[in-house]
Amino acid sequence: MTVHSAHPPGFAHQFEDMEQQREADSLGMWVFLLTEIMFFGGLFATYIIYRALYLPAFEIGSHQLEVRFGALNTAVLIGSSLTMALAIHSAQVGKRRAQVGFLITTMILGAAFLAIKFTFEWHHDYVEHLVPGLGFVIRPEWGAAGQHVPMFFCFYFFMTGLHALHMIIGIGVLTVLTIMAHRGRFTPEYYAPLEVSGLYWHFVDIVWIFLFPLLYLIGGRYMGAGH
Amino acid sequence: MSTATIDVPEVPTGSRVNYLNAQYGVKSWLFTTDHKRIALLYLVSITLMFFIGGFFAVLMRLHLIEPQGALVQPETYNKLFTMHGVIMVFFFLVPSIPATLGNFLVPLMIGARDLAFPRLNLISWYIYVVGACFTLYAVISGGVDTGWTFYTPYSSSFSHTSVIPTAVGVFITGFSSILTGLNFVVTIHKMRAPGMTWFRLPLFIWAIYATSIIFILGTPVIAITLFLLALERLLHIGIFDPAIGGDPILFQHLFWFYSHPAVYIMILPGMGVMSELVTCFSRKRIFGYSFVAFSSLSIAIISFLVWGHHMFVTGQSIYAGLIFSVLSFLVAIPSAVKVFNWTATLYKGSISYDAPMLYALGFIGLFTMGGLTGLFLASLATDVHLNGTYFIVAHFHYIMVGGAVMAYLGGIHFWWPKITGRLYPDGWARFAALVIFVGFNLTFFPQFMLGYLGMPRRYAVYPAEFQVFNVMSSAGASILGIGYLIPLIYLTWSMRYGPAAGPNPWGAKGLEWTTPSPPPTENFEEIPVVTEDAYDYAESTVNRG
Amino acid sequence: MMGAIQTGSDFLFAAAIQAPQLRPEAASSIAEGVDHLYFALTFITLFFTFIIFSTILVFMVKYRRRAENERPPDTGEHLGLELTWTIIPTLICVGLFLWASSLYFENSRPPSASTEIFVIGKQWMWHIQHPEGVREINELHVPVGVPVKLTMTSEDVIHDFYIPAFRVKKDVIPGRYSSLWFQATKIGTYHLFCAQYCGADHAEMLGWVYVMSPADYAAWLAGGVPSQTMQQSGELIFNKLGCASCHLSDGTGRGPSLLGIYSKEEELKNGDKRLVDEAFIRQAIVNPNSVVLPKYPAIMPTFQGQINEEQVLQLVAYVKSLASEERKTDGK
Repeated sequence: MTVHSAHPPGFAHQFEDMEQQREADSLGMWVFLLTEIMFFGGLFATYIIYRALYLPAFEIGSHQLEVRFGALNTAVLIGSSLTMALAIHSAQVGKRRAQVGFLITTMILGAAFLAIKFTFEWHHDYVEHLVPGLGFVIRPEWGAAGQHVPMFFCFYFFMTGLHALHMIIGIGVLTVLTIMAHRGRFTPEYYAPLEVSGLYWHFVDIVWIFLFPLLYLIGGRYMGAGH
Repeated sequence: MSTATIDVPEVPTGSRVNYLNAQYGVKSWLFTTDHKRIALLYLVSITLMFFIGGFFAVLMRLHLIEPQGALVQPETYNKLFTMHGVIMVFFFLVPSIPATLGNFLVPLMIGARDLAFPRLNLISWYIYVVGACFTLYAVISGGVDTGWTFYTPYSSSFSHTSVIPTAVGVFITGFSSILTGLNFVVTIHKMRAPGMTWFRLPLFIWAIYATSIIFILGTPVIAITLFLLALERLLHIGIFDPAIGGDPILFQHLFWFYSHPAVYIMILPGMGVMSELVTCFSRKRIFGYSFVAFSSLSIAIISFLVWGHHMFVTGQSIYAGLIFSVLSFLVAIPSAVKVFNWTATLYKGSISYDAPMLYALGFIGLFTMGGLTGLFLASLATDVHLNGTYFIVAHFHYIMVGGAVMAYLGGIHFWWPKITGRLYPDGWARFAALVIFVGFNLTFFPQFMLGYLGMPRRYAVYPAEFQVFNVMSSAGASILGIGYLIPLIYLTWSMRYGPAAGPNPWGAKGLEWTTPSPPPTENFEEIPVVTEDAYDYAESTVNRG
Repeated sequence: MMGAIQTGSDFLFAAAIQAPQLRPEAASSIAEGVDHLYFALTFITLFFTFIIFSTILVFMVKYRRRAENERPPDTGEHLGLELTWTIIPTLICVGLFLWASSLYFENSRPPSASTEIFVIGKQWMWHIQHPEGVREINELHVPVGVPVKLTMTSEDVIHDFYIPAFRVKKDVIPGRYSSLWFQATKIGTYHLFCAQYCGADHAEMLGWVYVMSPADYAAWLAGGVPSQTMQQSGELIFNKLGCASCHLSDGTGRGPSLLGIYSKEEELKNGDKRLVDEAFIRQAIVNPNSVVLPKYPAIMPTFQGQINEEQVLQLVAYVKSLASEERKTDGK
């Protein structure tokens, strides 16, 4: 460690130079996202298998969801991806205040997503007795398919819950980054933490881009079938 | 290659600053980010888990001496084999070589100062410990009896034991594997010393790289599977229980999608160790470097496509069976290529019989047996008879214990002087290798016979006609148990009383041998520049020292 | 190479027959074939283990280190050798795959004229019912020389029906039917095991298979004094549950006529084509909405939980019998 007596800010002793560190950080995040893809992929595959098996029940379940909120949340998240990208750009050109501003906007949008998800959607589901394990009521009008509707909601809560957990972790990371940015830790030469966190944030968005149609949209609601 | 560090004067360990004596105290260990110290943390934890798992195995073998069961109730026996499997697979075999030797050696072998993410490395160890605590809590709170495979719907709806703490423990430990794999991949890609090209890498690194790919791609799938299992158990939502509309076979697909590649997580690093040992103790360049390297990668890739061979008797379609069968035959070929190349490496060599080499030769023999008996199970017609019997038990123990554990012990013996700076008594080490080899064969060879005769596995009691082979197996197990205790004793002894080791006691090649034993915290005084291929013994003048 | 393997395995096979304690009894039409393959594999295992062991031993002695500073020559790489020991194992594997798979293909297809017996696994016993109505627990009586087809399901967890002497094994899975067939060739008594871990008394979930001469078997069946055949029990349930009020035999009811429906291929409402077999009938009873026929409304309630697996099997037997009755009328 004595070898590197005068090292630039954010430089870790195990690396030879800044370039190597930046490449390693970036590769590390890509590999991590690969793991995440397998993680969500296993879940999506299971969901699709059961959807095929119990199509009517999954369609009924999907119809209980509020598309308006899902669509609104999609817009909110895409907006947050934009502000995240702008925050990285501000770091590259060395604008500290813009960095902090965009990071805070990203966090607000992320929090807005969670607020809509929890207060409007999940609360609504709870009031409507749609939460498995918390007084789920199978409604008679669902007919014979009704017995499998709880399964749809289990997947729904598990998948959106896991996604929300990723969002919460993301907001936590952004909080740290905002403080670092405020202290001027990022320079046009060193902004790797921002960059890899941005990759993560975009990934979480992309997961939602898959979740939204899978859970809310497909199911024939707009094709006039069944109802 | 840098020669500056080879000329380190012979000084007794302790007077020179190294990673072991750079700092003292519990804190300096629990908060270390040094990959070498983290490797030792893993070494201690997995050794503990190994002996806990081994203790369960000893109880099982004692119980099976009599057809009616000599020791415990069937319920207890079921918990014993489950805990044995869970602990050995998830808490010993999967982390064994990667987390200890891999952690210690990857930066040293490629000429780096540490892994790319040292703090992440320490976090991985803590995650492992938390996962292990959950599982040990499950043991204490009454155990779990589902088998390490957690087959549904038994595990999800019928078992009354601590399934959820165990599943959570395995789930958590999975993240330790994922992060370790991630760390290795990034380190191997980005932190190689100048001149250390991909085809100059030691084959151990190739094997660790292939293993890391499986960690990264396979482990998330079992994590999600076990999460769904816990959810099903809590809420009875019918994902896996057919009584409420689920599909129990889907669990098996998801489970084996990870757990078959996991077999290669256990054996690939062992194969990597083998390439290091065979070359060093025959003083030869490895025969067919690129074939050995690429066979590791092809094993890692094909291993993701063979999971269905665990399910030939579940009633999957004949055609799916045919595809999985042919792929399972295919995955045998790269393994065979490796065995042939190791054997050919010995040709015209200068072979010495130091203890690590004896473990290596034991590995080749046992792994050959284990691999070839795998063909019986890839063959559809014979698998129908052998599936679910002791033949399976014998086969995978030949791979995982005869293969992976032998390689692990061989590797520990090989790099022990580097890790501790001390030599162990070679005579005892050779004796232990012999005892383990004999004990192992006596334990598991009779189980092939039992399986062919039709004795199903996981039986707490059994028809009397199977007793002879069971007694033989139990006798072997007691020898094997003693065999494993011997190294524990003399290796511990050597840490304090063993003679000091020089930087390169075996006269081996590789960057890790160019730095003092034990290495300094920063590994190399100056980052070496690599100018030659791996295992370049012919031109070398490096002597033992 | 294959010829040498054949000779070697034949030799081992002959030797094993001499040492009966090393080979399980072979009492079914497929056992000999499976054992031949087994011994071929054993021969290959021994052969390669011997080659590798002896090569290592020779090298170890011949090339042992004679001087501490010895530097052996570099033998380098050899593409020809690498290809040889890649291609030869590949060929052997392909040969084994073809052999094992064709054998499996043969072994897994029951002859069409098989006697059917129904098996229900539950923790921790085997419940067996013959079409004639005779029930037995943990015992299976079958005639020698007649193909027998088992239709199996489980009431709780996954079990596995394993008769080592017949070299047959199949998982018994809740919620679906699996099947297994064999033709016993030797009169005797053989082990029946559960080979899939199923809970506390898994190891006690075993029984005996009695292979009898056809005459003995007929006498045994007659001595069982069943009150009614499975088909008759099924008919009683059919009427008790009111199935007949919708499934009118002339096809004018709210549900399709079941006359002659068994073993036909039917097109479902969703366009899938399905063969009406035991599994299909079971699915129609427990999850009727998943197999609605066109022209009929999806109004049938599920009977899951209202009748047990044994009663479902009896209903299945009854519906199957409706098919044969139709064939009789066709013949007239």
